[in-house]
Amino acid sequence: MISLRNVRKTFPVPSAEFVALGGVDLEIGDNEFVTVVGPSGCGKTTLMNILAGLETPTSGQVLVDGAPVTGPGPDRGVIFQQYALFPWLTVRKNVEFGLREKGVPRAERTRIAEHFIELVGLERFADALPKTLSGGMKQRVAIARAYAVNPSILLMDEPFGAVDAMTRVRLQEQLLATWEQEKRTVLFITHDVDEAVFLANRVVVMAARPGRIDRIVDVRLPYPRTEQVRLSPEFAALRNRVWSAVHHQELVP
Amino acid sequence: MTVVEADTEVPTAAPSRGGRRRAVPQSALNVVSILAGIGGWWALSASGLDIPSPPVVLSRGIDLIKDGTLGGDILASVRRVLAGFLLGVLAAVPVGFLMGWYPPVRALIEPWIQFFRTIPPLALIPLAIVLMGIEETPKIFVIFLASFLSCVIATLQGVVSVDRTLINAARVLGARDHTIFARVVIPASSPFILVGMRIGLGSSWATLVAAELIAAQQGLGYRMQSAQLYYDLPTIFVGLISIGVLGLIMDRLLLLAERRLTSWQETR
Ligand SMILES: Nc1ncnc2c1ncn2[C@@H]1O[C@H](COP(=O)(O)OP(=O)(O)OP(=O)(O)O)[C@@H](O)[C@H]1O
Ligand SMILES: [Mg+2]
Repeated sequence: MISLRNVRKTFPVPSAEFVALGGVDLEIGDNEFVTVVGPSGCGKTTLMNILAGLETPTSGQVLVDGAPVTGPGPDRGVIFQQYALFPWLTVRKNVEFGLREKGVPRAERTRIAEHFIELVGLERFADALPKTLSGGMKQRVAIARAYAVNPSILLMDEPFGAVDAMTRVRLQEQLLATWEQEKRTVLFITHDVDEAVFLANRVVVMAARPGRIDRIVDVRLPYPRTEQVRLSPEFAALRNRVWSAVHHQELVP
Repeated sequence: MTVVEADTEVPTAAPSRGGRRRAVPQSALNVVSILAGIGGWWALSASGLDIPSPPVVLSRGIDLIKDGTLGGDILASVRRVLAGFLLGVLAAVPVGFLMGWYPPVRALIEPWIQFFRTIPPLALIPLAIVLMGIEETPKIFVIFLASFLSCVIATLQGVVSVDRTLINAARVLGARDHTIFARVVIPASSPFILVGMRIGLGSSWATLVAAELIAAQQGLGYRMQSAQLYYDLPTIFVGLISIGVLGLIMDRLLLLAERRLTSWQETR
């Protein structure tokens, strides 16, 4: 359970201060899949960094299972847009990184890493270095690495932003398949309205200046989300709603 | 168990293929160039310029090897370089890390490093001789300083330019400061350190010869200096070529280590 209560974040800028988040209230239930869309600069990454404990809010409360967030912790896994794999470690060692930090014994580490590498379909590349992988494969390693430490919450910042449209669709399906097998609370940031609707239980639409939640759209489409779902009129209707919420918000002051 | 279909994505091709195909003609060109250089040298000495020809230098080299002079000189010089260089690196890496990791340490130390960098290590030789005598200590000290100064800057640069995202990635995986240091900062900055070591080795060599020119009983620099007194050009040539070849060998060894240790890098 994640609760954000009136979370504000301001950055000092030369003239005055810049309001990146101006009072965000949001509750996310256990095992919910929530996506966040919004125009560039509306504070999506800032919101995620605050939840991850990589940044502290200027004011307001951030609670995970009732306890305030004071820093990063293994209960919250983060998947960064730029993959952030350790380039000097093989896929396997990358996935084991967090387990080593937790003090998991070697045999157990190997077993867990193998499980998650298999889950994202990269067993053939377990001993490869990141530089030999494509962007989509790197992102799957990052997902396996985040999953391996067994966080109850996964925070993803535009994880598929840098891959081509076709790979992106495959990665979305894989992510959902992984999530349905290993349920977690997911906060998934994206620029892509289709992606936001396809993945989510709920879509949070943000607006800029100051960064805030514009509206929340419930997505009552069944899982597993198949191609049929993607091509259904219900999906199209939801996508249109979210699309206009994102793209017409500047017109409605 | 696996929920995904078989992998159809192809990893990106290794970018170094093209370079390797060109490598053969390139090394052939290198050999041609070296031979042409020796030919040019030969032609110059034959045309009446007052320099010894390659065969003369070669036979002097053989003489010097036979009577053990060259071996002794090389040993003396290499020992000095290695001692000064290694001590410099050993000191520079921790100092560079501390400077990069703790801004106050950097603020305290950096002015001194910048100051000493503007003084050529050779300019410190007179002072070193007065303070430390004319034995090995002052020579090794100036070499140490030369290698320390190049290497410390490179290490600092390496630590400062570690990708923030990698540090954040380690933090969210539960790593604490000391493990971030050991498992992220050190490997991430190793390419910089190795480049710094190569630069440091270059300046160590440069400093060595000058240090031996001033005060030594043995060593390649000393040998050339005493040959100069007797107008003994072949010996000077043997000394110069030895210095060049030894420097090249050491640099190649470090380059090899660098390639090996940093082969994980995306671009090269
Ligand atoms: N450290 C900082 N100092 C000053 N301003 C910042 C800082 N970090 C973010 N900002 C500002 O806060 C705003 C929100 O940034 P944020 O990165 O959260 O946006 P975003 O919604 O993730 O954008 P994008 O979709 O482009 O990634 C931006 O206008 C940015 O310029
Ligand atoms: Mg962002």
